[in-house]
Amino acid sequence: MLELRNITRHQGEEVILDDISLSMQRGELNILLGPTLCGKTSLMRIMAGLDKPDRGELLFDGVSVLGMAVQKRNVAMVYQQFINYPSLTVFENIASPLRVARVEKSQINRQVAEVAELLQMTEMLDRTPDTLSGGQQQRVALARALVKKADLVLLDEPLANLDYKLREELRAELPALFAAMGAVLVYATTEPTEALVLGGNTVCLHEGRVEQFGPTLELYRTPASLRSAKIFSDPPLNSAKVECIAGQLAFANSQQKLGINIEQIPDGKYTLAVRPHHLSREREGLDDLEVKGSVSVTELTGSETFVHFSMEDNPWVALLHDVQNFAVASTVVFYVKPQHLFLFDSHHALVEWPSTKKN
Amino acid sequence: MSIQKVQNNKAWFMVLPVLILVAISAIIPLMTVVNYSVQDTFGNNEFFWVGTEWFQEILSSERFHNALLRTLLFSGLILAIEIPLGILIALAMPKRGWGVSVCLVLMALPLLIPWNVVGTIWQVFGRVDIGLLGHGLASLGIDYNYTQNNLDAWLTLILMDVWHWTSLVVLLCYSGLVSIPEVYYQAARIDGASRWAVFRFIQLPKIKRVLLIAVLLRFMDSFMIYTEPFVVTGGGPGNITTFLSIDLVQMAVGQFDLGPAAAMSLIYFLIILLVCWIFYTVMTSYDNDEQTNGPGPQ
Repeated sequence: MLELRNITRHQGEEVILDDISLSMQRGELNILLGPTLCGKTSLMRIMAGLDKPDRGELLFDGVSVLGMAVQKRNVAMVYQQFINYPSLTVFENIASPLRVARVEKSQINRQVAEVAELLQMTEMLDRTPDTLSGGQQQRVALARALVKKADLVLLDEPLANLDYKLREELRAELPALFAAMGAVLVYATTEPTEALVLGGNTVCLHEGRVEQFGPTLELYRTPASLRSAKIFSDPPLNSAKVECIAGQLAFANSQQKLGINIEQIPDGKYTLAVRPHHLSREREGLDDLEVKGSVSVTELTGSETFVHFSMEDNPWVALLHDVQNFAVASTVVFYVKPQHLFLFDSHHALVEWPSTKKN
Repeated sequence: MSIQKVQNNKAWFMVLPVLILVAISAIIPLMTVVNYSVQDTFGNNEFFWVGTEWFQEILSSERFHNALLRTLLFSGLILAIEIPLGILIALAMPKRGWGVSVCLVLMALPLLIPWNVVGTIWQVFGRVDIGLLGHGLASLGIDYNYTQNNLDAWLTLILMDVWHWTSLVVLLCYSGLVSIPEVYYQAARIDGASRWAVFRFIQLPKIKRVLLIAVLLRFMDSFMIYTEPFVVTGGGPGNITTFLSIDLVQMAVGQFDLGPAAAMSLIYFLIILLVCWIFYTVMTSYDNDEQTNGPGPQ
């Protein structure tokens, strides 16, 4: 088990990690999710022992490892760039952690063969990394991490430099590989979709702070704060400022009533948020929220439509699962089921209301 | 229906300037030398054919053998000192901060000094009567005199060349080293690789190409060295520092033996070409052989 207690790190005047406390179990995948520069890599460098925090404690299986040298920690790391020894064959690359650990020769041969089999690299063992494709090079790097049988495996956006197809392919293989590792796994990514596909637990990071930590699906369904909902939304989350007066919700800009009554919440300013794929062209229930806007642009992919429209002067986007074209400046109407509405208070914390059951 | 292919010969005019330039700068002078090397003259601009006689004479002359051996030894020593030293200095140089520019300027300084000035500097520097080095050594009781002692003459020339040209190797290696992304070192640290393994399996493969250029440049340059030994020792004492180039100039300008000198120039040129080809072939074929052992305990 890896425990971080109040980890804080400054870079000059800037706070890059702010009081981070997390605990991660062996055999579980922990995803660090957040935009670039939110502190993912800095946090990983501290977990690996490459950097020291200014404050805080790092425990592995209950023992403090802050004073321990990197080489003694039994950590493996895979990077966004494909890092392999350029002049060595794939076999030697995979064998390198074992050779450093002075493992017996026959044992090395056996373990490398096993890992190569798992990653489907057996035919490439005699080649050098520069003769391989990007996806294969990253497999070699993954194999190195796998063969090391490290206690802590850090993956820093390992799929970011791969093209779409290879990324999907490798992403599908990763859970099985991770299961084979039995280590504390930390996986950094900027993509919400990737986190959802991989599952496990997710840490939402924002400007060096933990916004939320918990099982990935739970985080997606009930984000505790507006920020964590925004981090965990792709395409971006739609939001609008609303006011509650005597249990009646109205848009803050136009004072237009939403037609939703919530008696349980106090009066004041709130933020209403909707995920793009929850906007529907059809009204399905009487209590659905109706939103109107004028279309600014329509993006068509093969099977989906992204409709960008201006809703009460807020840029909103709807994701429709078919191909429809909308004329620019025409008015569109969408409906949202009440259980798909998020309401955040003035401190950006999620407001519970009776119908908060999301899918 | 057949398609008539229109030939456009205008393209040749585009190549013409280059052809003229190359002709004037390389082909015509080279052919003049070839012309001299197969003929003899007794003045009056009268030439007659002698075939390969000059080549045979040069190749069998002891004077040429000795000069060739001296030059090969000199180049060998220069490479053996400057390449490892250059790599070591490049490794020790800072990668960022204000130290980088300071180091780069310091390294570039010797390269900016003209050859004969370098020769003059060391000629004065080493003099026993007034030179800082010569006089300093003499007052320490060390018997040093590059104009009389063979070993001292060689030491002075080698020291001078190392001072003048090691920075070239440093700068080339440094450029290769700074192009290695930081994550490689980070990954090596996490792997627990030793300092030697980092050099052998990360840094060396990455600087191999620039290192090849450094070796070729330093070989060619040291093999053709003329100005500095000419200024410092003038080929002496005796003819202990008479390298091929000095010998050649003595033959061509001093004795005005144009035929043998031309033959010697061509042989000289072919030797440089041959050695460079050997270096290049050996160092690039290294790529394929060097894949046997990993960064385990060395």
